[in-house]
Amino acid sequence: MNTSLTEESPALTSAREQNTSEIVAKNIYKSYGAGPFAKEVVSDCSFTIESNKLTVMIGPSGCGKSTLIQLIAGFEATDSGEITLNGSPITDPGKDRLVLFQESALFPWMTTYDNIMYGPRARGEDTKDAADQAEFLLNKVGLDAFRDKYPQQLSGGMQRRAELARAMINKPEVMILDEPFRGLDNMSKELMWEYYAGLYEEDRNTNFFVTTDIDEAIFLADRLLIMTNLPTSTRSVIEIDIPRPRTIEEVVNSARANEIKKEVMTLLHEEAMKSFSGGSKAAADFLDAYSKRAD
Amino acid sequence: MANSSEVADSAVSMAAPQSTEISSMSLTMYRVSNWLKSPRPYLMVIGFAAVLSFWYFAVEVWKLPRFQDMPGLTEVFSEWFSKDPYYGLSVYTPEYYKHIGISLRRIGFAFLLATGLGVPLGLFLGWSKTFREYVFPLFELFRPIPVLAWVPLAIIMFVGSETPVVFLTFLASFFATTLNTMLGVESIDESYSRAARCLGANRWQTFKHVVVPGAMPYIFTGLQISIGVAWFSLVAGEMVSGQFGLGYVINTSYMMIEYPKIIIGMITLGIVGYSTSAMVRLLGDYLMQWRVRELALGDS
Repeated sequence: MNTSLTEESPALTSAREQNTSEIVAKNIYKSYGAGPFAKEVVSDCSFTIESNKLTVMIGPSGCGKSTLIQLIAGFEATDSGEITLNGSPITDPGKDRLVLFQESALFPWMTTYDNIMYGPRARGEDTKDAADQAEFLLNKVGLDAFRDKYPQQLSGGMQRRAELARAMINKPEVMILDEPFRGLDNMSKELMWEYYAGLYEEDRNTNFFVTTDIDEAIFLADRLLIMTNLPTSTRSVIEIDIPRPRTIEEVVNSARANEIKKEVMTLLHEEAMKSFSGGSKAAADFLDAYSKRAD
Repeated sequence: MANSSEVADSAVSMAAPQSTEISSMSLTMYRVSNWLKSPRPYLMVIGFAAVLSFWYFAVEVWKLPRFQDMPGLTEVFSEWFSKDPYYGLSVYTPEYYKHIGISLRRIGFAFLLATGLGVPLGLFLGWSKTFREYVFPLFELFRPIPVLAWVPLAIIMFVGSETPVVFLTFLASFFATTLNTMLGVESIDESYSRAARCLGANRWQTFKHVVVPGAMPYIFTGLQISIGVAWFSLVAGEMVSGQFGLGYVINTSYMMIEYPKIIIGMITLGIVGYSTSAMVRLLGDYLMQWRVRELALGDS
């Protein structure tokens, strides 16, 4: 499977043109509820999702990352502050941003191939080029042999890969992924990282990836946004300067990666401490795990 | 099934027709061979034997009170398979097939009408909240009215003897199909519609590619129920109005004191009713390959 990741197919790669799109969030606020029950989820939060980079956002569980995705996707509006895509404010969902949600939403009544081709067909672009792209992506995510299978005939990891391909074929300006590999076992997860990184490296379009998994974040990210506890804002930004393409083994053994990991864990630990004192169970779990790992 | 053909014809087709045919066949073979390997067919034979022998002994040997006036097993079966039936109805008389044929034709009309109207209505009820506000309360008011209560009105409303029966048969089927289709639409996970919209589908495409195929399993559950209640209401209709048909046979045989014919009519109803129901199930398997593979065959 690893061979398929490094395999070069120049005719197809050249077909994947590059977009340059940048999302900037400036001093945004968002609360839910009204009056005395209002709960501030995002507070004075600013960050940039740089063009042609894979930006990973990591933060304590329940810190409002999903809310940020709703805002960036345009499903919800900020209370104040502004999120812009290439300078123009985001007001509603648009074709330029594609969100891949946590839960699998492959259509059970379509084969893998038909699922992947859904976007182009729905837009009336059932062209030779789209079909070529589908072939290329099927190969890239290792599902060549499963093109005529229905989603229930695929394993959990295969379903996520098919979903990735189904999203990627649309070449959105910005691809937004909300904990897409959550719930997979560790082996499939690491495999998914490699597949996903391979797809990203193919065109290096702007990607925004949200996770709670530190290893996942460091393996994937060009830039790492570390968020604070609720109400969320940007705690710190780390440039992950480990050269691409990366392999799991390289990253595990990399001194730089371990250095970053320690830094991220310290920051997240501090944030978790804050929410722990606020009575968060997720924070308590994190602290427990942290104390074991620190040894 | 106007809707399903539409889906298959559309740009995003559900399955290649050729592979569909093969796996539909192989599924039937698979089911039959599995069935023969299991103890089920033999238990079934024992079940039949128990009921038939009870019938035989109760009526003809022990002559139990209340049973002695009933037609006996030997009498019914010798009449049923007689070349020269005493009461004029057996598998060798053309009249027997005329009754079956006419009942089947009424069922066919009523079922197609109920499906043709019920499925689209159910889809729209499930899909459009506004449409449901208009129609559903009315629908729920009519639904609990038993078919028999419609008999007088059906006879007044429709001319002839044929249309009231078809109308009564249609009615129960229609409610079952509509309600199940609506529930089918409601059962569809919101994430499918969201995914379709995210990928650029408009509202109509979402309806065609998500709502219709997503509701399909419930629609076919509805059609199974629908064909069952169709037979139920048909017999009620045929007993009240109309000439010919299996319900008519049962009712007139009672009036004319030709008791074996009652039992022949009943058994025939059971057999024909089961066959139509099986046909609906096969059609469902054929149209929902994804479901079939999910439930039965796994990796074929």
